[in-house]
Amino acid sequence: MKLDYRALGLKVGLEMHQQLSTKHKLFCNCPLVLRQAAPQITFSRRLRPTPSELGEVDPAALFEFKRGRVYVYESYDDNVCLVEHDEEPPHEMNPEAIEIALEVALMLNARPIDEIHVMRKVVIDGSNTTGFQRTAIIALGGYVDDIEGRIPIQTICLEEDAARKIRESEKEVVYRLDRLGFPLIEIATAPVIYSPEQTERVAYKIGQILRLTGRVRRGLGTIRQDLNISIRGGAKIEIKGVQRLDLLAKIVKYEVMRQVNLLKIKDELISRGVKEDDIVSEFYDVSHIFRHTKSKVIRRALSKGGVVLALKLPKYAGLLGFEIQPSRRFGTELSDYARFWGGVGGIFHTDELPAYGISGEEVRKLKSELSCNESDCIVLVADKEERSRDALEAVIKRAIMALYGVPEETRGYNPDGTTHYSRPRPGAARMYPETDIRPIRITIEWIKEISEKLPEPLDVKLKKFVERYHLSKELAQQMIHSYRLDLFEKLVEKFSKVSPTIIAVTLEQTLKSLAREGIPIDNISDEHLEELFDLLNKGIIAKEAIPIILEHVANNPRKSIMNLMKELNLRALSINELEEMIDNLLKTNESLIKRLGERAWQPLMGMIMKQVRGRIDGRIVAETLKRKLSKLLKET
Amino acid sequence: MGECLSLESYGYRGELVALLKKANVSVYDRIEVKTSDGFVFQGILMPKPELSAPYIIVLKLDNGYNIGVAIDSSTEIHLIEKGKLSQPTPPKASLKIREDLPIVSILGTGGTIASRVDYKTGAVYPAFTVEDLYSLVPELSEISRLRMELLFNIFSEDMTPAYWKVIAEKVAKHIEEGVDGVVIAHGTDTMGYTAAALSFALRNLPVPVVLVGAQRSSDRPSSDAALNLIGAVSVAAKAPFAEVVVVMHGETSDSFCLAHRGTKVRKCHTSRRDAFRSINAKPLAKIIGDTIKMLTNDYLPRDKKRELKVMSDFDEKVALVKTFPGMTPDLIDTLIDKGYHGIVIEGTGLGHAPRSILSSIKRAIDEGIAVVMTSQCIWGRINMNVYRRGVELLKMGVIPGEDMLPETALVKLMWVLAQTRDLKEVRRLMLTNIAGELNPRTIHSHYPPVEV
Repeated sequence: MKLDYRALGLKVGLEMHQQLSTKHKLFCNCPLVLRQAAPQITFSRRLRPTPSELGEVDPAALFEFKRGRVYVYESYDDNVCLVEHDEEPPHEMNPEAIEIALEVALMLNARPIDEIHVMRKVVIDGSNTTGFQRTAIIALGGYVDDIEGRIPIQTICLEEDAARKIRESEKEVVYRLDRLGFPLIEIATAPVIYSPEQTERVAYKIGQILRLTGRVRRGLGTIRQDLNISIRGGAKIEIKGVQRLDLLAKIVKYEVMRQVNLLKIKDELISRGVKEDDIVSEFYDVSHIFRHTKSKVIRRALSKGGVVLALKLPKYAGLLGFEIQPSRRFGTELSDYARFWGGVGGIFHTDELPAYGISGEEVRKLKSELSCNESDCIVLVADKEERSRDALEAVIKRAIMALYGVPEETRGYNPDGTTHYSRPRPGAARMYPETDIRPIRITIEWIKEISEKLPEPLDVKLKKFVERYHLSKELAQQMIHSYRLDLFEKLVEKFSKVSPTIIAVTLEQTLKSLAREGIPIDNISDEHLEELFDLLNKGIIAKEAIPIILEHVANNPRKSIMNLMKELNLRALSINELEEMIDNLLKTNESLIKRLGERAWQPLMGMIMKQVRGRIDGRIVAETLKRKLSKLLKET
Repeated sequence: MGECLSLESYGYRGELVALLKKANVSVYDRIEVKTSDGFVFQGILMPKPELSAPYIIVLKLDNGYNIGVAIDSSTEIHLIEKGKLSQPTPPKASLKIREDLPIVSILGTGGTIASRVDYKTGAVYPAFTVEDLYSLVPELSEISRLRMELLFNIFSEDMTPAYWKVIAEKVAKHIEEGVDGVVIAHGTDTMGYTAAALSFALRNLPVPVVLVGAQRSSDRPSSDAALNLIGAVSVAAKAPFAEVVVVMHGETSDSFCLAHRGTKVRKCHTSRRDAFRSINAKPLAKIIGDTIKMLTNDYLPRDKKRELKVMSDFDEKVALVKTFPGMTPDLIDTLIDKGYHGIVIEGTGLGHAPRSILSSIKRAIDEGIAVVMTSQCIWGRINMNVYRRGVELLKMGVIPGEDMLPETALVKLMWVLAQTRDLKEVRRLMLTNIAGELNPRTIHSHYPPVEV
């Protein structure tokens, strides 16, 4: 599908959330540590939606509460305290986090506000034990420059990260509290980004500025992007929590595609003369048709005492099977609604039947029972009766929305860049002051102090990398744009005996080539890399060992490098040790040497390298072998 | 609220007031502020928190956030639109309450057990009417027919024996009108003291009297108020006992509440939901939802025909003094000189006090002041026969407080001294179990284990 984004009136706003790397959390003294071990403490709570002055309650929140779902929290004593349990008032806002946020604000040319007032933003999905997220504006205004123009920044906020969702069931949602309270900086651009590529560029640029501080967390889940996307005639769609930068352009493109196609469906429905009143909320129990069905889903539902309910969507035939995003049809959108509001596994519709074990005979009976003609479509749900009803009610709601184009929604993304419905767009944020935290004055002196120690700009860094670190121009360029820029600088600073080029090559090239070989380099943490260069710095390993060690680290991330090294026998060799090994080699291969003379070097080199690979520079091995061999030949 | 109050009443002081007044601006007006660096802010002028720095005005931006903007004489402030603040009217509850449900009175003393937030202004409005309470905690409408009366509105830390008297007499009035139970909404800081006071003041209770509060304010979705209130109203409506109890969370989860006897309950944690503990006693009951499970048979049963007797006088000339290493006698001497009638000592260990204050204690008793010994260990019973210091104190005439909480001993001594100043009679009453405050047995499971 060819899309002319300007002509379609695409508008994208970007909201970047980046975890900061501080000594402790935003409102307490807990360290920023995520845990995999089984929780030490488990407790459960309920959150009550409080009606506002207008009696409004967030519909999705109210729905959750009525479902009677309980929130279960998992916790630990060493990285979670009573603040995250909502059993102790928050402490003062972490000044280190404020300082980083101000630093970012200044780099983005924003205006820091004069006094921070922390707010409570009501969120009752359980991801915050309090029922609200603490958030505060740190700066307003600002901009980033893109090749297609200047993108204004609207707000820069500092807020607490939410708890991690571990699993959910019909009765409960389980969250782990370790992540709750991590400081997050939120940077929101104005909705003036006009193409998928520009979205990616702007996100990259802001990400680079964040990393330039050297005080943000890196790794999976430490940066999350929300997107607001709309086209002319479409609707504002919010896509939440995108963790991968390289997916942004695709997500924008697919969302535009989806909105364009939903508008086509709307036009088609209008031209077919469909009216809202045509869609009647009438559900037929058609369980009897499926008594002997081969469909496993239906059989399972019926055997558990469920029913098969059918709904007629008059004149919708063909539209449910219409693809609106790669391998997602309009029927998938209806299915998302059924899943969310009815808690069912999904729907069947006649645009895709017979299939999934449902026979042509069953479809024929179904159509005759609901007295359908060719232009109608039937939607089926098989589950407990109440859930099936809720699901079909939601399908009707969504089918009616199609008459009006694109409904406003919050959506989640799929690994392929398509998106799925996650909930209705919440109304205006419900915020009120956090009275447990005193306002924090940002003085001119404080700003001055921070602006004096801002990170050096990129061009200065580039020059430093070439002139002081002696990186090649090309490698320096690569490093400047690297995701691991801050780590590079830290490692260079810390390990003076390791050449910066080796560090840069490892971070930028070795890791990438390992990834190409399919090695899970996501398992390699900053701490691993630090340990690696520490051992290199101390001369315990040779630089030749780096790829092998990293490969093993990626496959055994829980082991320390020191241990892996011992297991693999990768301790660096001294020249003496090498010479001794070569002497032995020459002794045991006398006949070979006699036979081949100087030409014995090649097979001997192969033999010795098998023993010393990764433990010493190959050039030294070659030279030493050559020297010893010719000496031996001369002597004999 | 309605009409605009002065800028001062919203926390603005001094020059700020002058600058805002010059611009004809009051709180909740929509204004534009141009600071000396040329930046323009637009928003609604908000009340200024107590700890906000001088020369800062607080604006609510259109995105809902509040920010502080520094003002100086070169700042331009323009009024855009006059604001108005109207107290939200709670939604009318179209509830049908079953006529056969028990009647429960809820008496307010301060704080908010239920409230709603005005997200436009951030103001929190407590529920003052029964309708509002039902709309905020709909479960209550299944448990009882409620009545509500606000007695006064004070901070819990400002509670006095004079207020105890007011509460006791109001509770008596409601009971005489025939309610099936009374709930008192109370700040948590001094709830234990009030519970003890009512336990002594309300003799021969026919129905339960329940104190309830919240450790997390009721405006937040995670508040413990709703579960506590459901528990408290359930106890008041249908518990089999007729005693003064505190009903609060039993654990950190929103799973159940515990009903603690008024004379044996203490706030043991500054902030946790399950801060209240029965000390040297088991809780009376566990409440899951609106179901009451009794944990003991030792209670005064509910009997609406029993005639309530109110003894609500308390002698305020009583002090609670904690001993400590290096304590000097002047602390006790001052109380004697100021004409105090009774002193409860929170001594160390089994009921001891340092040598340095012995002569002052003796002087107090010689001058007719009742001196009662309790322990700062909180858990356990005092025994002044084991060590010499205890024996010395007993010989002087110090009254042993047994397993009473120091706070309960204080309240009881106030109550006893309002009846008699005769030291012999005071001693007799202090050693007589009146409202479950003295327990003859100390058992293993009264002391909570530690998770390690």
